[in-house]
Amino acid sequence: MASDTAVNDVREELVVVPLRHPWRWFSGALILLVIAGLGWSMSEAQIQWEHVPGFFTHPVMLEGLLNTIVLALAAQGGAIVLGVVVALMRLSANPVARWFAVGYIWLFRGLPVLLQILIWFNLALVFQEISIPMLFSVPTNVVMTAFVAALLGLGLNESAYMAEIVRAGLSSVDEGQTEAAKSIGMTPLTTLRRVVLPQAMRVIIPPTGNNFINMIKGTSMASVIAFLELIHAANNISSRNLEIMETLFAAAAWYLVMVSVASIGQHYLERAYGPR
Amino acid sequence: MALVEAIGVRKSFGHTEVLKGIDLEVERGEVVCLLGPSGAGKSTFLRCVNHLETIDAGRIWVDGVPVGFRAAGGKLYELRERDAAHQRRDVGMVFQRFNLFPHRTALENIMEGPVQVLGRGRAEVRAEALALLERVGLAEKASAYPGQLSGGQQQRVAIARALAMKPKLMLFDEPTSALDPELVGEVLDVMTSLARDGMTMIVVTHEIGFARSVADRVVFLVDGAVVESGTPSDVLDNPQQPRTQQFLAKVL
Repeated sequence: MASDTAVNDVREELVVVPLRHPWRWFSGALILLVIAGLGWSMSEAQIQWEHVPGFFTHPVMLEGLLNTIVLALAAQGGAIVLGVVVALMRLSANPVARWFAVGYIWLFRGLPVLLQILIWFNLALVFQEISIPMLFSVPTNVVMTAFVAALLGLGLNESAYMAEIVRAGLSSVDEGQTEAAKSIGMTPLTTLRRVVLPQAMRVIIPPTGNNFINMIKGTSMASVIAFLELIHAANNISSRNLEIMETLFAAAAWYLVMVSVASIGQHYLERAYGPR
Repeated sequence: MALVEAIGVRKSFGHTEVLKGIDLEVERGEVVCLLGPSGAGKSTFLRCVNHLETIDAGRIWVDGVPVGFRAAGGKLYELRERDAAHQRRDVGMVFQRFNLFPHRTALENIMEGPVQVLGRGRAEVRAEALALLERVGLAEKASAYPGQLSGGQQQRVAIARALAMKPKLMLFDEPTSALDPELVGEVLDVMTSLARDGMTMIVVTHEIGFARSVADRVVFLVDGAVVESGTPSDVLDNPQQPRTQQFLAKVL
């Protein structure tokens, strides 16, 4: 038929022209140009690049790195435990426990971390000793080292955030799950451990990973009370040789290494608790 | 003595009284279907038998034990949640929305109770759980997660999970109401075979056909009270109360 032939002709004659994206080429080139410019400025900068690797593995820097890791892990670990406890209090049937949890979160989330660290560090100014009557008593300035003050400041602040994250996680689990667990005779504790928490983890892990990355960087605030973490270590080194930027860059590299490792860990944790 | 004895059971949510004095006895091996319009309190009553809800007045005994209480020295002491959990071991429950544990396979769902609650050995429990899966026709689905199963398959696993605790009594709360029509039959078949094997069952359902063929007794509830009760042929074919007649005229 004539019309069929016409269509076939049309198909053979027409060449398909893909949609062109000139702006993609242009913007891509622009970005590369900016990167090249930045790279060139860095090479022109008055920095002794060859000194940076030495500072990266400097013994003082490594000591600061170790202290940073220990502080971040201890503060985050303590915050997770406290956060679970406060979240359970927040969801408890006991009104006093609920009020306490609300107040706790309000207080420790409401104050700047730096302020909290400074308050703990200077506690000896107002309390000569820490004691529970008839049980024990110790001088405050012996207990409240820079590490302990930083641990309390960072950990308690983080625990308030963790409490909210854990509460959101627990609340996200369907009530039917608890009822099913009850119906096969599970006690409340077993229900929490075997049924509710594993499912809540899916909601809890991603924000906890973000918070841990913030925690790693937040340890830098302990430098103001002379705790030897990475930044204080960098300052210690540069106060002797005045290569301030070189030591700071070395510290920056360590932060990026730590955050990268934490991100990878978070990825695998999320996968382990991911949806089936 | 009856396996389940309920006397004057009352329950309110806020200012709404949902159960207005329910009396019910269920003998060992008996299958009782609770029928009635929605909002009649059928599901609430069922949940009271398992102490998922606490009753406001009256008593429920299961196998001579007061549900949610401990009798001592002429008094009834309200149980702590831990001890209430202990009572629930003997009563299986199947939910409308299945409520399988989504993070565990079908087999793990069934093993969870015997292993975690009864503290029995995994190998022995595993063999029993596989036999239960076989019984509900899902032997090949042992390692499937609930999300990979159809509604009917999930509900059959849920029945197997409840049976794994070797309960004296099984409660079914509208077990087929959340299912696509073509999946209802497979669940009712499992329940029918369970009834034939002599399991004591209380079933809240809208499946009149199931009630007629399987139930020993049908109890008709309206507005939190028992309106009519008797054999399926008495209640379903020859209802005496106008409220029962109205309801059956609509659903049959």
